[in-house]
Amino acid sequence: MFKILNKKSFLVIFLLIAFGISLLLTGCATKQEPAPTPTPTPMKTVVGLSISTLNNPFFVDLRDGAKAAADANGMDLIVMDAQDDASKQLANIENLIQQKVSIIIVNPVDSKAIVPAIEAANKANIPIITVDRGAAGGQIVSAIASDNIAGGKMAGQLIIDKLGGKGKVVEIEGVPGSSAANDRGKGFNDAIKTVAGISVVAKQPADFDRAKGMKVMENILQANPEINAVFAHNDEMALGALEAIKSAKRTGVIVVGFDATADAVKAVNDGTLTATVAQKPKDMGKIAIETAKKVIAKESVATTIPVALELVVKK
Amino acid sequence: MSNGRIGKLAVISRMGPLLGLILLGIALTLLSDRFLTINNLLNVTRQVSINAIISVGMTLVILTGGIDLSVGSIIALAGSITAGLLVSGQSILPAILTGMVVGGVLGLMNGLLITRAGIPPFIATLGTMTVARGLTLVYTDGRPITGMEEGFRFLGGGYISGIPVPVIVMVFIFVSAYIMLKKTRLGRYIYAIGGNEEAARLSGINTKKILLSVYILAGLLAGFSGIIMASRLNSAQPTAGVGFELDAIAAVVLGGTSLSGGVGTIGGTLIGALIIGILDNGLNLLNVSSFYQQIAKGLVILLAVFLDKKRK
Repeated sequence: MFKILNKKSFLVIFLLIAFGISLLLTGCATKQEPAPTPTPTPMKTVVGLSISTLNNPFFVDLRDGAKAAADANGMDLIVMDAQDDASKQLANIENLIQQKVSIIIVNPVDSKAIVPAIEAANKANIPIITVDRGAAGGQIVSAIASDNIAGGKMAGQLIIDKLGGKGKVVEIEGVPGSSAANDRGKGFNDAIKTVAGISVVAKQPADFDRAKGMKVMENILQANPEINAVFAHNDEMALGALEAIKSAKRTGVIVVGFDATADAVKAVNDGTLTATVAQKPKDMGKIAIETAKKVIAKESVATTIPVALELVVKK
Repeated sequence: MSNGRIGKLAVISRMGPLLGLILLGIALTLLSDRFLTINNLLNVTRQVSINAIISVGMTLVILTGGIDLSVGSIIALAGSITAGLLVSGQSILPAILTGMVVGGVLGLMNGLLITRAGIPPFIATLGTMTVARGLTLVYTDGRPITGMEEGFRFLGGGYISGIPVPVIVMVFIFVSAYIMLKKTRLGRYIYAIGGNEEAARLSGINTKKILLSVYILAGLLAGFSGIIMASRLNSAQPTAGVGFELDAIAAVVLGGTSLSGGVGTIGGTLIGALIIGILDNGLNLLNVSSFYQQIAKGLVILLAVFLDKKRK
C-alpha cells in the first residue's frame, strides 16, 4: 500500500517538475526571440523601486508617494518588496536589471549589503537613486534622505523648551547600531548636553517596536519615580511608552516620537503625544520620482537631496 | 541505586529552574531597590503573561517531540483580525472568538500538515508562520489597526481586585494545562507520544488525533495571546510577535522540558517564562546599555540549559 502510494506521489512530483521545466523552457525561448522590428513608438518610461520592506507604514507611504508621482508624470513604476532581507533585495534588483528599467530607486535594507546590487546596476548602465537609507559604495546619482541628526536635535530642543531647561528625561532607543538610532540619538543628545539642568536618567533600547516600547517604559517607570519627558527614536515606541505612562497613571510627562505616522499624528491632535518629528515619506517618494525624471532627461541633479523634517505639534 | 536516591535527584533536577529564578531575584533585589516591590512584581508578571500563555502551547508541542514556529505570526493575524472586526463595529465577544478560531484553524493546518502530509513539524510550522505573516500584511495593508472601542482594553489593561487581567488569565491557563497533563488521558498520551511515538501508536493510542489536538491548542493559545497583546497596546500591529516563537521555546527549555520530547512540566515553563521576563525587567531597571543586554540574555539562556544538562 505504502509502496503504491510512493510510486503515485513520485509520478505526480515527476510530472510537476517536467511541467515546470517545460514552462521555464518556453519562457526562455520567447525571451530569447529577438524583437521582430525595433519599434520606434515612444515607450513609457519604466522606473524600478526596490523597497526594504512594505511591512511598515512608513515605507508604504513612501511607495504611495512614488506611485502618485509616477502616475502624474506618466511613468510606469515597478515596486519590489525585499521584506527586510538583503539577499532578497539583491535578487529584486537583479530582476529589475533584467527587465531593463530606465532607472532604479533603492531604499536599501542595509547600506553595505546593497553595494553588490548597485554595482550590478552600474555595470548595466542603469542609474541608481537611493531613498531614506544610503549606500556604502557603488555609483549613486543622488541620495535622498531626511536628516535624522537634525530631527533628533529638533526633538531635544522641544523638550528643553517645554521643560524650561530643567528635568529628568528618558531616551528610548531604536535597534542598537542602526543608523536611524545612532543619528536620532546623536542629535537628541547633542541638544540635551548643552543644558546643565536636564539629565538623561534612562537610555534603553526597544527596537523600534510598540510592544517593546511599552514594556521598556513600564520598567523604566518602576526604576524612576520622577520622569518629566521621554524621547523615543520612533513613533511606535513613543506610542508604546504612552500606554505604559497612562496605565501607571503618571501625568504631565512629555512624550516626543519620530516619523509622524498616522497613529502618532492622531495622538498629537488628541493631546496625548506631545510631538513627533515628521519625516515625509510621501515627499521622499515624490522627490525620488521627480529626481529620476530629471536623470532620465539628462538634467543635472544634486548628489544629496535632504528632505525637510518638521515638528508636528497640536494645532 | 536505591529509590530514595533517584527521588532526590529528580527533585533537585526539577528544582533547578526554580533555584535559578530565586537566585536571579536575589541578585536583582541587591542591585536595585526598585525590583522587589509589589508594583514591579505585578508589572513583570503582566509583561510575562503573553509569552507565558504561548509557552503553554509550546510546552505541549515540545512534549510530543515537535516544535511550533508559527506562534509569532498567529499572534499578529489573530490580533489584527479581532481588532479589524472591532473597528468595523463587531461587538467584543464575537470579535475575540473569531480571532481565537483563526489561531485554532492555523493550528489545525499545522496539525494536518504534520499528521496527514507527513511534513516534519519544523518545516510545516515554518510554512504556516510565513503564510500567516503574509495574511496579516494583506489584511492590515501593512499598517497598524487602531480605534477599537474602549471596553476592549479591559482584557489586556484591566485589573480585577488589583491584579492585572492578563495575569489572571495566565494563571487560569496554567492551572488548566497542569490538570490536563497530570490528570487526563490526553495529558498522559502527550507524554507517551514524546517518549516514543511508535510505541504509543502500537499500544493503541490514536497519535494523529492527539498531535492534531496539541497543535490546535497551541494555535488557539497563540491567537488568544495575540488578542491580549492587541488589547494591551490598544492597537494591532502587523509586525507583532516577530521572534516570539524563540522566546517561547527558550521559556520551555529553561523550564527543563527536553527538546526531544517526553520529559518536562508545565510549572517549569512558567518559571522559564518568569526568568526571561525578570531578566528583561532587571536589565531595564539597572539601565544596562543596549549593546550588553543581548549578550546578557544569551548567556543566561546558555548557562541555564548547560546547568540543566549537567544535572541530568
